[in-house]
Amino acid sequence: MSYLGHAFMIIGALFCFLGGLGILRMPDVYNRIQAGTKAVTLGSLSIFLGVGILQPEWWPKLVTITGFLLVTTPVGSSAIARAFLKSGIKPWQKPGTPIQEIEQGLGQGLGQGQEPEK
Amino acid sequence: MDKGPSQFITIFLSSLLLWLLLAGSVQSEEIIAGIVISLIATFLTISRTSLFDAIHFSPLFPFYIFLFLASFFKALFIANLDMARRVISPSLPIEPGLVRVKTGLQSELGKLLLANSITLTPGTLSVDVDGDEILVHWISCPADMNTAIATEKIAEAFEKHIRRFLK
Amino acid sequence: MIFPNELNLADLVVIGLLSAGLLLSLLRFWLGPSTPDRIIAVDTLSVLITASMVAMSLWFDNQIYLDVALVYVVLAFIGVIALARLIERGNQ
Repeated sequence: MSYLGHAFMIIGALFCFLGGLGILRMPDVYNRIQAGTKAVTLGSLSIFLGVGILQPEWWPKLVTITGFLLVTTPVGSSAIARAFLKSGIKPWQKPGTPIQEIEQGLGQGLGQGQEPEK
Repeated sequence: MDKGPSQFITIFLSSLLLWLLLAGSVQSEEIIAGIVISLIATFLTISRTSLFDAIHFSPLFPFYIFLFLASFFKALFIANLDMARRVISPSLPIEPGLVRVKTGLQSELGKLLLANSITLTPGTLSVDVDGDEILVHWISCPADMNTAIATEKIAEAFEKHIRRFLK
Repeated sequence: MIFPNELNLADLVVIGLLSAGLLLSLLRFWLGPSTPDRIIAVDTLSVLITASMVAMSLWFDNQIYLDVALVYVVLAFIGVIALARLIERGNQ
């Protein structure tokens, strides 16, 4: 059982490392969110699972942290990507591919500025 | 607004669950305090909470959530392996682009869950939700991509599961 | 002895990989040509730090780090949302 926990922790740490590598290598902000934040989130989940296997009496706290992490991380990423797009940072495109029409890509919703407040 | 008993039970049980998880123990004092606090919280918030309106209540509800989570974690793991391959390979094989994805989900909660699932899967990042469309930044988006194909490839698998328990 | 528990090889590998991930994100924060790059680096760092705290609670055999990690997740989220709002509003 302890081997399983350590295996999950090593897999998780490996994904954390790959996330760090991704955030360093990717060419623009949006791709860095893709490679960085997401891989690190899965890595953290795997580490939590490993710790939960090694210390079974800690699982309520670990489940709570996992729940918060799974809800907050994507909302944060989406909010910040939307803010970047609205403030005019264009996504990087592979050299040689036809330039994507920003109007077509963004549609009407973004041109109108603020969304109605909830 | 008229709220059924299922609303009340949902809010009460989720508050109690959060309380017990944070307390981290199942002694009787904790449970009694949790029940009292959850009841107060439920009575205070039930008239203003519209979040749970969207849930289809059925006996199979927990089972559907489990199915959704299982498919979600499977997709998460596969997509992470794919992303790891892209990050490690020296030529950095990415073709990023923005694409619109259509969704049939009506409720805010359903769209939130779908957009979050899309965001947590590496390779796709939902940037904006606009009516029934989600703007997605996709890391392998060929130039001739259109909404129909993207919807089928990105959203279909999640939406199929979410539709069973949310409007 | 800093760690009360004996660390085995697996723990050392985890420490090495986590530190490498933290260092690479920190390097992006250092290099980051623009402010958005730095914000993304901080976002990634906060998730990495949470994972490190949970692993530390195992190594120090002390549950208090889990509570710290829980609060840290929520605070990091609020920080990111505040920055997103600031960028979105500041441009108009």
